[in-house]
Amino acid sequence: MSPDPTPMEPLVAVEDVHTYYGKSHILHGVSLHVDRGEVVGLLGRNGVGKSTTLKTIMGLVYPNRGKVLFAGKPITGLPAHKLARLGIGYVPEDRRIFRLLTVMENLRTGLDRHGVTEARKQELLDKAFTYFPVLAERRNQAGGTLSGGEQQMLAIARAMMLEPKIILLDEPTEGLMPRMVSQIREIIEVLHREGVAILLVEQNVPLTLEASQRVYIMEKGAMRHHCAASELKIDDAVVHQYLGV
Amino acid sequence: MTPVLEFLQAIPYDQILIQTVNGIVTGMILALIASGLTLIFGIMDVVNFAHGELFMFGAYMGVVVLAATGSFWLALLLATLIVALIGAALQITTLRPLIGRDPLTTILATFGISLVMQNYALWQFGPVARKIQEPFTGQFTLFYLAYPWYRVLIAGLSAAIIGAFWLFLKYGTYGIWIRATTQDRVMAEAMGIPVSWVYTTVFAIGAGMAAASGVLFGPLVGVNHAMGVDWILKAFIVVVVGGMGSLGGSIAASIFISLLEAYASIWVSPAQAVIVSFVVLILTLLFRPTGLFVPTPK
Amino acid sequence: MSKRSTTIYWTGFSIILALLIVAPLVLPEFWRRFLTEILIWGLLAMSSDILIGYTGMVSFGHSAFFGLGMYGAAAALLMVKPPNLWLAIVYGLIGSAGIALFVAYFSTRLRDIYFAITTLIFSQIFYVIIFTWTDVTGGENGLTFSRPALGIPGLFSVPFSSETLHWFVLAVVTASYLILRRITQSPFGMVLQSIRENEGRTRAIGYAVERYKIVAVMLSGLFAGLAGVLYAIQNRFAAPDFVYFLVSGETVIFNVMGGIGTLVGPIVGAAFFLLLRETFSRFFTEFYLIPVGVIFIAMVIFMPQGLLGFMRRWLNQ
Repeated sequence: MSPDPTPMEPLVAVEDVHTYYGKSHILHGVSLHVDRGEVVGLLGRNGVGKSTTLKTIMGLVYPNRGKVLFAGKPITGLPAHKLARLGIGYVPEDRRIFRLLTVMENLRTGLDRHGVTEARKQELLDKAFTYFPVLAERRNQAGGTLSGGEQQMLAIARAMMLEPKIILLDEPTEGLMPRMVSQIREIIEVLHREGVAILLVEQNVPLTLEASQRVYIMEKGAMRHHCAASELKIDDAVVHQYLGV
Repeated sequence: MTPVLEFLQAIPYDQILIQTVNGIVTGMILALIASGLTLIFGIMDVVNFAHGELFMFGAYMGVVVLAATGSFWLALLLATLIVALIGAALQITTLRPLIGRDPLTTILATFGISLVMQNYALWQFGPVARKIQEPFTGQFTLFYLAYPWYRVLIAGLSAAIIGAFWLFLKYGTYGIWIRATTQDRVMAEAMGIPVSWVYTTVFAIGAGMAAASGVLFGPLVGVNHAMGVDWILKAFIVVVVGGMGSLGGSIAASIFISLLEAYASIWVSPAQAVIVSFVVLILTLLFRPTGLFVPTPK
Repeated sequence: MSKRSTTIYWTGFSIILALLIVAPLVLPEFWRRFLTEILIWGLLAMSSDILIGYTGMVSFGHSAFFGLGMYGAAAALLMVKPPNLWLAIVYGLIGSAGIALFVAYFSTRLRDIYFAITTLIFSQIFYVIIFTWTDVTGGENGLTFSRPALGIPGLFSVPFSSETLHWFVLAVVTASYLILRRITQSPFGMVLQSIRENEGRTRAIGYAVERYKIVAVMLSGLFAGLAGVLYAIQNRFAAPDFVYFLVSGETVIFNVMGGIGTLVGPIVGAAFFLLLRETFSRFFTEFYLIPVGVIFIAMVIFMPQGLLGFMRRWLNQ
């Protein structure tokens, strides 16, 4: 396994990545980085390439140019399952839990890995059920029978079972009721306290500004703005320009 | 009243009884073959044209191991393992490069493989059929008829193998991996599941099941290079009638069709009895194209 | 097509045609027959290209159309005295059209893989019927008959020689090619290609996709049957072997090797396959399919566009 990165080195670094879907040039020289334990927000309107950026990091999409680095080592072109095992967790837009598997089985897709003792697996499970009691209740139910909010919980819990160093969260609050949105906010906080880095893609600007240390703003497949979250206010001109509310 | 009685008396009950058992036996073997096919299709979206040849290779491996060791059970075990490995090798070399391409390319590739395998077998073993000796002879009396024990064993073992596999799918870690991959390949990959190896394993399991059928079936017919061809056609019919991708459907369809054919063979020749499966297919396509044993989708 | 392209195309066409016309005069008997066979199988493969290359429907049922064309011709040649060429063609076409209609009715509702498997099963159904209905079809042994003369009843009648048969076949195949080319470039052909690209969208635009598919299958079946008639005339026998799905499989191989969607590609594919078979038979005798099969698999993986695939756009302008 790679040695711990020096404090200087970001956990995840995306360097000048260009990604195409067929002939469409989706990402134009995107660069960003996330440090260990940091919460970084990625904002932008629909369709600017935020999800594609996450997928590129996760190895679900390969860039045509540019590099992706994890703890200083290049991971561009590696298959997603290797990256998951390296410590990248992915919670996609629309959740994508395994609908025909039970809640328990969904969690097991992350739990059942080499080198994890039964005791540790039980610990992780207990943690998941503590944070998401509703999952404990429904542990033997098929994933598809859960409500939207519950599925979101499951998707996050499932990623947590991988004991990731960073979790890529793609629009976790989309379509959720306000009560659930604040639950998501809490979970992000908990994960942050545990030292898990988070790259948060969101349309919900206030939430993102609150939860993140830094934010990037994308437009048309390129990075347009990057600053500390505290420097940005929701009524800033920048926010209006790129997020057009 | 008399015509009815006459009719009732004319029914060949003993024949029907024998054919019922025969039908179930053949049905279970067909189920074992078709399960492998359905599995591979349902999980990997690959129509494995070479499945009949894997069946045939299994039978030949059985012949070889039996000749070398004299043990039927060893032959069954080794043939299954050897062909499973061959299946894995085939999948890695010819099917992996095709993942993500038009699914019809896999039909073509597996068709090519079936041609090569058939001719290879012909080349290596010659056109004369070989025989596999049953592990035990002996019959029992089914009412007033003598019925070989071995045939019952085949049915039982096939059922056991399918059952074992079903349990594996439902409970084991790898079972979860397979089911997750089937539902959402991309997300399974993102959860750390090595999807290409899952595919290879599934193909190998399917191949192994076909091989086991080949060895089990060997004693009933001669083992020759073309034995896979009839079975692949029937297996395809079963898979369509049972509902593509449905394990339970394939099993039910296998037994259903085999029973009907067995009954038909009381009155017509076996060569003509196959028309039964064709008729069932046509009726299925006309009235319930998603499969006879699959609940109608809304 | 640009003026220049058109000229190049027709020049190339004429050159090849001229070569094929002259060929029987210079080739030894064996290669003469070989060339004629290539043309016949090429016609079969071309008919299949209508479905595979233009409509996007892979069919494993062409052996049924081919075989019925063959047996239809046999029927005409055996039942009507003196054996009449044109009647043989008509009977053959009716036979294959009938089967095509049957297959089309059942299978065009099915998509992709299901269609392929169903056509395969259907061709086997016809195989079994022909194989077992010995009284009518001669069963395993097939039917033998004499070759009809080329002629118009009442006007003239000239028995076929090896050369004239070749030219007759060449004429039929060339005419078929031109007709099919016309069709693929017509509005109808465009709809077929649109179905191949995106069936859902084509349907959404308002085309009755099933009807187009049925016509495509009929068209394909007719020309496949024509190939069967030619084969019957050349070889003077009809056998169930030709209805066996292996023939369908070989047809698809010709298509893939030559390049689908090009019409001429399949003919080239047939030539390529038959040449490979000839060559490998020298070393592997009857096991030529082992190396040829491996080559086919390699082509599916590494060269899926086939030998003429690179010319596909140009040929279809």
